[in-house]
Amino acid sequence: MDKEKLQKENLFFSIIEKITPIIAIIGALFIGSIVILLMGEDPIQVYKMMFGLAIGNRDGWGNVLFRATPLIFTGLAVAFAFRCGLFNIGGEGQVYVGTFLAAFVGFTFTNLPAILMIPLTIAASALGGALWAALPGFLKAKKGIHEVIITIMMNWIATSLTFYLALLYKAPPTEEMRLAGLPQMIPHTSEIAETARLPRIASLLSKINISFPSHNPLNVSFFIAVIAAILVYYILWKTSLGYEIRAVGYNSAAAEYAGISIPKNILLAMMISGALAGLVGTNEIMGYKFRWRQELFLGLGFNGIAVALLGKNHPLGVVLAAILFGTLSYGGALVNIFTAGKIPRELIMVIQAVIVILVVISDEIIKRLILRRKTE
Amino acid sequence: MAQYLIEMKDISKTFPLVKANDKVNLMVKKGEIHALVGENGAGKSTLMSILYGLYQADEGEIYIDGQKIVISNPNIAIENKIGMVHQHFMLVPPLTVVENVILGMEPRKNYFFIDLKKAASDIKILSEKYGFKIDPWTKIEDVSVGIQQRVEIIKVLYRGAEILILDEPTAVLTPQEVEELFKILKSLKRQGKTIIFITHKLNEVMAISDRVTVMRDGKVVGTKETSQTNTSEIATLMVGREVLLITSKEDQKIGKTVLRLEQVSAFNQHKYPVLKDINLSVKEGQIIGIAGVEGNGQTELVEVITGLRSISNGKIFLYEKDITGLSTRKIRELHIAHIPEDRRKRGFIADYSVAENLVLGSHYKPPFVKGSFINFPEVNRYADQLIKDYDIRPAVKENLLKSLSGGNQQKVIVARELQREPILLIAAQPTRGLDVGSIEFVHKQILKERSKGIAILLVSAELDEILSLSDEIAVMYEGRIIETLINKDVDKGKLGLLMTGVYK
Amino acid sequence: MFSSIINPDFFASAIRIAIPLALAGLGGVYSEKSGVVNIGLEGIMLTTAFAAVAATNFSGNVWIGILIAAIVGMLLGLIHAIVTVSFKANQIVSGVAINLFASGITVFLSWLWFHETQIMALKSLPIWGFRVPAPEEASSLIRGLIVVFAHHSPMVYISFIIIVISNILIFRTPFGLRLRSVGEYPQAADTLGVNVTKMRYIAVLISGGLAGLAGSVLSIEQAHFFVKEMSGGRGFIALAAMIFGKWTPFGTAAAALLFGIGEALAIRVQGVYTIPVQFINMIPYLLAILVLVGAIGRATAPATSGIPYEKEIS
Repeated sequence: MDKEKLQKENLFFSIIEKITPIIAIIGALFIGSIVILLMGEDPIQVYKMMFGLAIGNRDGWGNVLFRATPLIFTGLAVAFAFRCGLFNIGGEGQVYVGTFLAAFVGFTFTNLPAILMIPLTIAASALGGALWAALPGFLKAKKGIHEVIITIMMNWIATSLTFYLALLYKAPPTEEMRLAGLPQMIPHTSEIAETARLPRIASLLSKINISFPSHNPLNVSFFIAVIAAILVYYILWKTSLGYEIRAVGYNSAAAEYAGISIPKNILLAMMISGALAGLVGTNEIMGYKFRWRQELFLGLGFNGIAVALLGKNHPLGVVLAAILFGTLSYGGALVNIFTAGKIPRELIMVIQAVIVILVVISDEIIKRLILRRKTE
Repeated sequence: MAQYLIEMKDISKTFPLVKANDKVNLMVKKGEIHALVGENGAGKSTLMSILYGLYQADEGEIYIDGQKIVISNPNIAIENKIGMVHQHFMLVPPLTVVENVILGMEPRKNYFFIDLKKAASDIKILSEKYGFKIDPWTKIEDVSVGIQQRVEIIKVLYRGAEILILDEPTAVLTPQEVEELFKILKSLKRQGKTIIFITHKLNEVMAISDRVTVMRDGKVVGTKETSQTNTSEIATLMVGREVLLITSKEDQKIGKTVLRLEQVSAFNQHKYPVLKDINLSVKEGQIIGIAGVEGNGQTELVEVITGLRSISNGKIFLYEKDITGLSTRKIRELHIAHIPEDRRKRGFIADYSVAENLVLGSHYKPPFVKGSFINFPEVNRYADQLIKDYDIRPAVKENLLKSLSGGNQQKVIVARELQREPILLIAAQPTRGLDVGSIEFVHKQILKERSKGIAILLVSAELDEILSLSDEIAVMYEGRIIETLINKDVDKGKLGLLMTGVYK
Repeated sequence: MFSSIINPDFFASAIRIAIPLALAGLGGVYSEKSGVVNIGLEGIMLTTAFAAVAATNFSGNVWIGILIAAIVGMLLGLIHAIVTVSFKANQIVSGVAINLFASGITVFLSWLWFHETQIMALKSLPIWGFRVPAPEEASSLIRGLIVVFAHHSPMVYISFIIIVISNILIFRTPFGLRLRSVGEYPQAADTLGVNVTKMRYIAVLISGGLAGLAGSVLSIEQAHFFVKEMSGGRGFIALAAMIFGKWTPFGTAAAALLFGIGEALAIRVQGVYTIPVQFINMIPYLLAILVLVGAIGRATAPATSGIPYEKEIS
């Protein structure tokens, strides 16, 4: 084979390798459409509705990006740990603890000015997640206990712990409840201070006279997520810390040989991963509901795994995958409403799971294909 | 009866990236010991794996006793009375000898259960017939390498094999164990068994075989009667050119003591002592060779010096400064260079580029970092320089290391380690699995360092390498250094006995 | 006070709580002995908890519900085997995907078929064994023994039998020897003509089937209903039990019983002391972490567990 042809072939394969997620998405939508057909609906109509409503207008886009924001954080969390050879499936628990700590700081230090309060609350978010990831990181680093089961157990412990804390710091009854002589029944905390809140995109855009629906929940946290993605990229590929973390992930024995501390990097990677998951608090607590309630966060950690895999554990891929999942999630919810519940929104979860399976399968198929082609 | 028991005709087999066998023909007579020789990667193991049904040939035919057969899996090979003893033993460590032997054709009782008692007595009978001693009830992980090899042979005989393939059976044995093995092989031959013996050691070919087939680059380059040939003819066939087997080295002035170990002991992860009271010193301009059968503490010795394993007792000095217990990073910063024994496991990061691998271990220090960031222009400049100086091919610094050949991978490691201006070089199995050209390159580099006055600790399983490079030879046995010899007129036989602990 | 907590009823409930953990843990043993990590056990338990209730309600027969649960479990096991054994994809990723799939499909089908997310089981399992005698009829020892060992749903006895059979199967039969060798050193097994792929498929299918039984016990026997996410991490606790039980059936069952005792104790203590219910809920998970920390150093996982088998390319 001549050199030019070889180069062309290599280019072709490197492109194919990068677009396996797209193959997987198409495959999953296809399987989804079979399910929809079995339910007696027209898949094309359903998908048309799903994507049309989700990304057909500014409000839809805002909602999609709003839903993508926490998934960027949890997706980055999984991807970062993965680069160090760690499977952090404890995003769920790290989200609970990080968001709770953000809420706690937000409703406790109500006297501080915004210039202190906003960084402090963001830091609390990250710190909560980092702390919750520290124990599995430590057990992996020092004792070699596999992080998968420990992080899962930490999820359940976090569920109970934060729920307990939410009851402990339950909001006082509202005026109406008080007048009616009722206690506060909703297990949520008090609202965080005004000074700890992030502005909505709508209010920012209105200042420069761009019309954007004022009820739209998209807020500055989205930009924090994008900045986090850029930071993750720089840390992993441009710094010596990232060099070490990836070295441990690729080949820990060689890293050890080169004088790289494996325990230190495992613990660090796990805590950074946890911090990224915890930053979900900037969206849900600081930018949206302003108070902590468990239901807000259900499933974010686990969907982060799907986002990371679909995004090939690369920050850019994670952002794109999160936006796709945001679209599916918002579109799925709308379809559910517009079809009066005929198409349950959990269809989206099924499609997400199928995407994950198809991504890993198509990766393996492509890997083999390339290997075979190269021998001929 | 056909003239040949085994006929392999025009066998071809291609793997990703390599053509392992290219129209290979192999003819083996009944009752002979047939040596199959060639360098690493010549295609010997692939050919035998095809005969044993582990791989399927892309082309070609196999005849056993004149009958054409298709060996699509090992079961068919076993049915045709072919058995194989693999280079890496195919034994399951936590299982007992008897369980390993019967795996895949277990005798049953009451239809449902394994009849272990019957199996054990069958094994006893077999082992007595060929003069082995084996306790069927011990676990594989508790017995020596030599015994494991006998279990492998029993395993093959238990399946009724008439044709035995032995893939590099002597690689892990001491000279004495090799002699034992040869006795067993001769007794098998007397019982009418046919043996194919894969090796790259020419003296073994001469000692045991009736005929010899030589392979090079996936092709057969000749088959000879052993009695009609000699080592230099086979060697020439193997490498395709005349080779000088001995590396010449000049006299060198010995300087101050660089490395000194004092009563060093260490445990393995199971708290089992693997190093016992090691005393050792290496001086400037001196090569100390560590000889010994693999698994006698050499790996651990290198690990304790390089800070990869903590020691339980003793002290380590560098220029009489105590460096005991320092981290690997601190030790590297003291200009101790290390060519690791298992290149693929420890030597590089396969998914990093050549450039990234060339700074591995120095990646955190200026000039390769600026602040927290990696200084890529400097890394790239450095990589280009080393690629040129050490002739790393292909000369593309962006290539991932996994895409390089073994020899070039080793060049990256050697370049990285020697460029750090070492005062002490620890080279563990530095030429393992390399082709002749690369071996020559590595040996030259080591001797060059010696002539610069650098202290060198050489660990190798290849006795010839130890003998041709070292100034002194320390023999390790069961975690101890049992003898240190000046490398002048060292008797190979005596060395072999030391390696088996006879002169303990 | 003490006897109000530790009494025959306590041990009986500890056994009942332990059963799904033991069955799923046993599923983990088969799978990992063959070299395949199956963290999809959690999702399989969840899906089959739903399948058992749905099939019971549709067919009106609880045994059909259990059978369907086992079959659904095996189907999910089959998916895991295809992804990890044939395609050699990352085993943990595949398990995670099965868990995601389970969370989605169970709620999806609940809405679709029952229009709600909590589904009552219309039939339940009978109690087999001896009638518990009245205090005047028998001594307290006899009564206690009957309560603990001989007054349970059939699934308890079936599980006991499965545990014993598994131990024999894995350690005394040709199948077991091949299973163990495939997980420890697949190349060795392959050279002796043992079909590694086939063994791993069988093991993962058994694993799925056992997790399916475990799921049916959760919904039909223990809760008498299905509700979303009801498996509550038990698949992972089962894996902790497997590790603590050193990858043996008896060890895993014993470790599962330990978890059963812990949870039963937590439930009892709740009535006596005023501990917030959330802290009680944490106990099984804390126990699992402690057990894993304690198991370190002595546990020996099958050597190639988690690693796809590739024929070596020389």
